[in-house]
Amino acid sequence: MTDDLSTGPRGRRFGLWAVTGLTVAVILAAWYLASNVFSASPLFLPSPQSVWKAFLTICATQYKGYTLWQHLGSSLQRLMLAFGLSVVTAVPLGLASGYVPWIKAIWEPIIEFYRPLPPLAYYTLLVLWMGIDNESKVMLLYLACFAPIYVACASAVMRIGQNYLRNARVLGARRGQVFLHVILPFALPEIFVGMRTALGVGYTTLVAAEMVAARSGIGWMVLDASNYLRSDIIFVGILVMGVTGILLDRVIRLAEAYFVPWKGKDY
Amino acid sequence: MDKSQGLTPQSRFFRSDEAVILSVDRLQMRYGGKRAVETLDDFSLDVHKGEFICILGPSGCGKSTLLSVVAGILRPTGGSVTMNGRPITGMDWHRTLMFQSPTLYPWLSAYDNVAFGPRMRRMPRAAVDERVRRYLELVGLTEFAAAKPYELSGGMKQRVALARALVSEPSVILMDEPFGALDAFTRTNMQVLIRDIWRKHNNTLLLITHDVDEALALASRVVVMSARPGRLVGMFDAMFSHPLTGTAEDDAVRASDEYVKLRRAILNLIDTGEGKNR
Ligand SMILES: Nc1ncnc2c1ncn2[C@@H]1O[C@H](COP(=O)(O)OP(=O)(O)OP(=O)(O)O)[C@@H](O)[C@H]1O
Ligand SMILES: [Mg+2]
Repeated sequence: MTDDLSTGPRGRRFGLWAVTGLTVAVILAAWYLASNVFSASPLFLPSPQSVWKAFLTICATQYKGYTLWQHLGSSLQRLMLAFGLSVVTAVPLGLASGYVPWIKAIWEPIIEFYRPLPPLAYYTLLVLWMGIDNESKVMLLYLACFAPIYVACASAVMRIGQNYLRNARVLGARRGQVFLHVILPFALPEIFVGMRTALGVGYTTLVAAEMVAARSGIGWMVLDASNYLRSDIIFVGILVMGVTGILLDRVIRLAEAYFVPWKGKDY
Repeated sequence: MDKSQGLTPQSRFFRSDEAVILSVDRLQMRYGGKRAVETLDDFSLDVHKGEFICILGPSGCGKSTLLSVVAGILRPTGGSVTMNGRPITGMDWHRTLMFQSPTLYPWLSAYDNVAFGPRMRRMPRAAVDERVRRYLELVGLTEFAAAKPYELSGGMKQRVALARALVSEPSVILMDEPFGALDAFTRTNMQVLIRDIWRKHNNTLLLITHDVDEALALASRVVVMSARPGRLVGMFDAMFSHPLTGTAEDDAVRASDEYVKLRRAILNLIDTGEGKNR
């Protein structure tokens, strides 16, 4: 890595990590003080120790029939299935919409219509149509993930410099080849942005999806715990969801750095 | 060799007896939009097979527009362009255009960028490899075959773009200020390269430049355009391409009366913008 005076030397990265670490430490310390020294009610703010204990308990034994990891696993399974399906469908459809006007004319109004709807508004319908098992949940997450990827892809095509497309044609590429060999790679940065948004939206929708007739899932666990005012379990659930979210985002960002090495550079 | 020999018109370069490969006929181009501007007006030019035409003209006069129309990218609002007698209906690798700014694909290495065209046309693998290596060698980038565009300097990018335009050896090559970002030394090398390729393959070239010396060093015919709306205001048969070698001997050619006179005449024409033969 070379030092770039406009962005600062890479060595400062370490300093930034330290700042992040310190922030987390301060929050943890404040939490500890609030619950232990100023003795906040454990209902509103369970102490870090009790949350840790709850965490160990539901890791080793179970919460309502499943361990924490099984809850998390079934949630992630739904999310990943829906996310994967939305990537393989929304990317080609979004790119095609950006490239071929009539495809856009068909799909854009549909997506523009349902995208701003709150997922719970149509979830009941999905349950009625597809049953209360996994299918309706995966479908809900799929719809949530689909829109951001589609929109990102469609606008990515618009942003490709005309001459990059013309150049391919002038070198002898046919329209289909331009799509596969120029438009797709050019859209990669935006595809990744869309995927990150989609995963975020999907993750938020997860809790909603697990509200109806689920028996497992990290979202369900939190909702169930709140029925019994088990604040410690709620905390465990929220922390696990937060950390998992960060990790998933990291994975996509690593993939992005690998597949889009030219991002932010002049080419 | 007698140095003055190259200065006399040589029939070898005067190719009007060759068949017309490109015919631009009363071309008109007006961009739409709010500020509709007449860009090309009544532009006609017959290009014979094997000619090397350099186009000179003030900035914004429609040179790039002209090449876009010839390449089949833009549809003219009036007039027509035909290649071998057939109207141009779209883009085609037989008329490759090298754009004014290099449009390399950032995910492809220099090698893969050059190989892009032949691969799209499904040229056999071994043939692609042979060609790409040869042309990377010609532009002096063998060492950088694996480098991505963002790892190359501006001039190197332009040389990759040049190799990419030439690698398919199209019959008509359109180039829009191809040597703009090159230093004087590399520039001369590239000029020699492009001239050698032209000699060898006998392809037809249309090259835009704003450098009169470059035009005179390369062209078999120099075409001068007026300020917008661009129209053809002058044509010169230039015979200097042959004696210019990229060595010190060039100075003698460039100091010759005939060269200086022609150069002056062209500059005057660009300067006044109005051609006598309007
Ligand atoms: N896409 C466009 N839409 C509207 N006007 C355009 C467009 N492209 C070019 N023009 C106009 O057409 C005129 C000619 O442009 P063109 O790019 O052909 O000039 P040029 O001769 O290549 O100039 P330069 O030497 O600076 O590259 C300019 O006045 C420009 O404003
Ligand atoms: Mg131009």
